[in-house]
Amino acid sequence: MLKVSNELIDFVIISVALLGIGIYGLAVKRNAIRMLFAVEIIINAANLNLVAFARFLPNSAGQTFALFSIAIAAAEVAVGLALIIVAYRMYQNIDIAEFRSLKG
Amino acid sequence: MADAAFLAIAVLTIGSAIAALELRSLIYATIALMGTLGGIAGFFLLLDSPFVALFQVAVYIGSIAVLILFTVMLVRRELIFKKIEDQRRRWAGIALLLVFLVAIGAVIIDSGIKSVTTDEPQVDYREIGSDFLTYYWPALILMALILAGAVTGALVLARREDVESEQRAD
Repeated sequence: MLKVSNELIDFVIISVALLGIGIYGLAVKRNAIRMLFAVEIIINAANLNLVAFARFLPNSAGQTFALFSIAIAAAEVAVGLALIIVAYRMYQNIDIAEFRSLKG
Repeated sequence: MADAAFLAIAVLTIGSAIAALELRSLIYATIALMGTLGGIAGFFLLLDSPFVALFQVAVYIGSIAVLILFTVMLVRRELIFKKIEDQRRRWAGIALLLVFLVAIGAVIIDSGIKSVTTDEPQVDYREIGSDFLTYYWPALILMALILAGAVTGALVLARREDVESEQRAD
């Protein structure tokens, strides 16, 4: 396929919508795992933007950067889930309002 | 103009993103999150980037979703099904979402992006591979080290020292 039938603006709008949903989730939810979901959605919106602009420039650097971004996101999820498990073990809860041993 | 495949994937992605945040059960929410990530992989295919799409499927649906599912199963049963949120913050969050969508959407629609189309051929994935091994090789090695460090750190964090010392006492 030589020409994409969709325009850049379509992908950017989807990306903005996903970013908005992710910000809503981060603002509203107090469940630690759900907040991790929201972060994942935001990262994916960013990756979608990178690949979309890489296709329309066209330039391979965007795709390369998206690959790096996906790999770093995998590391972030592993560490985030480990932190959630440790916090759950300490407080027997996944509500972030209960994680208050650092509160003065 | 967007075609039918784009619209179908858009509905799947946005719908399951909302479901991932709003479904009561965390297990169903994880499965909905898989739908979002798969939809993003579909967008990558529409953008003629099959390499990134397959990487997305392998990393996100293959490993991250399974990792999240197992973590959810470690949590107590009643916490999985309990919704933890404030009603007031919910309306504030929806207001924030709408303000954000209108502001960024207005900026984007007003900008020149609307008229961008391309007739150029897609980027060859061989080019990405050779970029990785020539120009980006320090970043590639650094990424491997970061991944190894992150996985080791996660294992060390999640280890239970009390269980091990009990076993040693036996």
